[in-house]
Amino acid sequence: MTPLDYEYLRKLLKERSGLDLSADKQYLIESRLLPLSRKAGLSGISDLVQKMKGGSSAIIDQVVEAMTTNETFFFRDKVPFDHFRDSIMPEIIKARAARKSIRIWCAAGSTGQEPYSLAMCLKEMSAALSGWRIEIIATDLSQEVLEKSKAGIYSQFEVQRGLPIQMLVKYFKQIGEMWQVNPDIRAMVQHRQLNLLNDFSQLGTFDVIFCRNVLIYFDQDTKVGIFNRLAKMTEPDGFLVLGAAETVVGLTDAFKPFPDRRGLYRPNAARAPAVAAPKVAVMAGR
Amino acid sequence: MQTCLVVDDSSIVRKIARRILEGLDFQVIEAEDGVDALVVCKRAMPEAVLLDWNMPVMDGYHFLSHLRRMPGGDSPRVVFCTTENGIAHISRALEGGANEYIMKPFDKEIIAAKFMEVGLIAAPE
Repeated sequence: MTPLDYEYLRKLLKERSGLDLSADKQYLIESRLLPLSRKAGLSGISDLVQKMKGGSSAIIDQVVEAMTTNETFFFRDKVPFDHFRDSIMPEIIKARAARKSIRIWCAAGSTGQEPYSLAMCLKEMSAALSGWRIEIIATDLSQEVLEKSKAGIYSQFEVQRGLPIQMLVKYFKQIGEMWQVNPDIRAMVQHRQLNLLNDFSQLGTFDVIFCRNVLIYFDQDTKVGIFNRLAKMTEPDGFLVLGAAETVVGLTDAFKPFPDRRGLYRPNAARAPAVAAPKVAVMAGR
Repeated sequence: MQTCLVVDDSSIVRKIARRILEGLDFQVIEAEDGVDALVVCKRAMPEAVLLDWNMPVMDGYHFLSHLRRMPGGDSPRVVFCTTENGIAHISRALEGGANEYIMKPFDKEIIAAKFMEVGLIAAPE
């Protein structure tokens, strides 16, 4: 791959997906795109770039997908799901007792492990949620990934990383060597293709937004923009869940960390534009 | 240091499991069938048992039912590790007192995930 090829790919990925590759990510491009170029019968990355420059939109889509698809597994990192069960849901059950509805958005739903993990969590709490309307919206940039999520079919390897065996027995059906999520759990999750760089306000407002391990690929300004737009879609008493290595701190005051719960954030009530003045006044008063 | 008893009739599988478990800070004891494993447990209960199903002399399922009836035999966390990957076998194992279940082939990530699930190793913070 020539430096020019690399620059071309970097620029295209930035424009199409927001993926912000630093100057030294040649290995990442090669590991993701060499299999793709082979599949397309091309001799390597330079060939692939030529084809992309020729305007093949099918190949461009495939390149963007291959570069932005990320590893995921059931109950990834465990802790966020403990927070969901022990901190988030008890509050929501109280706060929405009259309305009896909850809307959850998995903003990087990927191949479905995260939205289905949440669906299983909610199923386990069904005694407390009887008569509730539950919506889980899973979005992803990649149509291919969403198709896999919709099907809810996983390999033996995939169902053994993070998924307790009792849950496998309870919520999956074996199909040959594969395992499929039961229809009642699948029915709890809706799928939509969505690029976080574009306007997503049409999705409405949510009680809980899971947006884990996706913003790490964006540059600072893009991240801030997405956080601010996410804040507008989070209910004032709602929650935002980020990945273990991610934070809003130092980027935006649209969200504030939830005390003692790493990765958990709430919209900052004191933030709306009109409130900027009193904040200064408090500081001046010291 | 916690002890893990690895019960499998294949010396290759025991060797691979030993390497993984020692990497997770377990002291490893090996047994090649259920009878052999019961002898080990009578001497001293391990904290964990990684258990194959199909073995000569006494299989993993029968070992488990004997173990659970022994004094102190309810304390070890038992994780099946077997090529038996049907839902019927898994359900039977859980009813028989198994804590987790690994379908072979396995790797370090799967063992670590399952051992974390049953509280044998801590989740990373």
